[in-house]
Amino acid sequence: MDWNLIIQVSFESIIGSTAIIYALAAIGLNVHFGYTGLLNFGQSAFLGVAAYGLAMSVTTFGLPFWVGIGVGLLGAVVLALLLGVPTLRLRADYLAIVTIAAAEIIRLLFRSVSLSEWTGGSDGLQRFSDDFYAMNPYSQGIKILPLIDMDSRDLWVLTVGWILVALACLIVWLLMRSPWGRVLKAIREDEDAVRSLGKNVFSYKIQALILGGVLGSLGGFMFALSRAAVQPDTYGTELTFFAYTILILGGAARVFGPVVGAVIFWFLIVFIDALLIELIKVGAIPTAIMDPNQAGSVRYILVGVGLMCLLIFRPQGIFGDKKEVMLDAR
Amino acid sequence: MPAETLPSLADVPREPGAKKPDAILVADGVVRRFGGLTAVNVNHVEIPRGRITALIGPNGAGKTTFFNLLTGFDKPDEGTWTFNGKTLGGVPAHKVARLGMVRTFQLTKALNRLTVMDNMLLGATGQKGENFFRALIPATWRAQEREITERAEELLVRFKLDAKRNDFAGSLSGGQRKLLEMARALMVRPDMVMLDEPMAGVNPALTQSLLGHVKALREDGMTVLFVEHDMDMVRDISDWVIVMGQGSVLAEGTPDEVMADPRVIDAYLGAHHDDEPSEEPPAPVAAAADAPETAAEKPAGEEKA
Repeated sequence: MDWNLIIQVSFESIIGSTAIIYALAAIGLNVHFGYTGLLNFGQSAFLGVAAYGLAMSVTTFGLPFWVGIGVGLLGAVVLALLLGVPTLRLRADYLAIVTIAAAEIIRLLFRSVSLSEWTGGSDGLQRFSDDFYAMNPYSQGIKILPLIDMDSRDLWVLTVGWILVALACLIVWLLMRSPWGRVLKAIREDEDAVRSLGKNVFSYKIQALILGGVLGSLGGFMFALSRAAVQPDTYGTELTFFAYTILILGGAARVFGPVVGAVIFWFLIVFIDALLIELIKVGAIPTAIMDPNQAGSVRYILVGVGLMCLLIFRPQGIFGDKKEVMLDAR
Repeated sequence: MPAETLPSLADVPREPGAKKPDAILVADGVVRRFGGLTAVNVNHVEIPRGRITALIGPNGAGKTTFFNLLTGFDKPDEGTWTFNGKTLGGVPAHKVARLGMVRTFQLTKALNRLTVMDNMLLGATGQKGENFFRALIPATWRAQEREITERAEELLVRFKLDAKRNDFAGSLSGGQRKLLEMARALMVRPDMVMLDEPMAGVNPALTQSLLGHVKALREDGMTVLFVEHDMDMVRDISDWVIVMGQGSVLAEGTPDEVMADPRVIDAYLGAHHDDEPSEEPPAPVAAAADAPETAAEKPAGEEKA
């Protein structure tokens, strides 16, 4: 059994780009759902719009890299306004329905044949990340066996990614200890009460939707740049649901909840997968029970069981306060 | 006591829509329909400044709907009203609150997963730190936050909630939540406080203290309008009583006058409450339950005539 390989892939999943992408998506979702109580089920759309904003600007229209970043950020803001303005005056469930539908519409637009001239259709777009990697200050990778073996490109992605995660956490931390954050949390509890105290609830909800969307869009940039490609089906509902899982695992309305949630979630997925495959390889699990191809599905079953146990025994997540969660039951 | 310097209500005619010497709130022709049902149809009503006015009436009389309309939580089909001389028709709820008219709710809306102190701090208006960009720089709002915290602290002491300041509001008892909601409303520094059933679900031990707090609002120069079913409370603290039935104002007057008014008794008990049961036409149970409400229409109709 190759323990070195298991340790290496597991460790790389802890610090890897996937954890970064999902941490950023979940930090944005935390602003929406954890702090403001907005049921956004279309977080994948914010990542997708940002990723495609960058990729299309550079590849399709030949614009500079930083213009592409600007287009992506603007796209996230416009999407937040498009989703929020018609729905945020209505009950919370409307936003959930509209966001999940909008996210699917956007994904289908990206992969539609008639737009493939600009979006690349279901193949997506490539060759937009050269400027990003040209900024890479590392001349060589890092190799500390058995923990890590990465080239300089991966190292550059991780550096930028974790800086973005740290910045996002800092912004959320600063905002949520301010009177602005207090209004958001109050809206989560009861928006009529907040209205009765003279606050423009609609405006705060729009602000929260934009902030969470922009934070999520940073995850979209990292997704596109780390893969050096965009592909429409990676921005599906699965991404949103994983982000929710991560948020609840880490603890909603906690600054570091989404980060720790993302790290643990991807560690478990990768570790269980690697372990199962190795166990099959050495014959500890007979192929009559499971073959290597099935291991990928079994890991989700096991992680799902684990999450169910978490919700039963620790509903507040890792960082949450059980007393606080129980107040809801009253 | 400022109430003594206010113009007396003794000369105000005892009739629906009576003119008051110094009205803070004047409503005209306010109508709200839900489908075919006219929930509120108030021709004219004035609320005297600096007084405690009770709004009473049987269930379904439209008291809470009228409250919602006045505070911007619901939009009327017709009608206008002025508060402190400003027209409020169509003004959204948060702006109504900023103009100095703050309400509480029938079902108490404590913000459960916020601490008692955070509930209070939220009430303060004009906070610099509630702006997104300023919020990122604590130096721009720290001083104001300290000021607000001091004011909140004083109010919490007055409402005997200071020991609970760091507890979640959701852990308070029903009565304490009512107190918190009232104290939070005062953080807005309102001219007028609208209390929707302040006594509902409060245990008798707390009732006296709540009554004292409502009276204290008047002593501080605020106008109070409250909806209540508890007649003892209405008699005890209100200076003026407005009776609603079937969406319109049936009667006005001092508590004792109003409670002796046959129109009011009819509205609550039905016009035929003294009649022999045999005189009633035989009716199914559902119709019998509606009887008091149909009866209430009669005096309302007389009033319009």
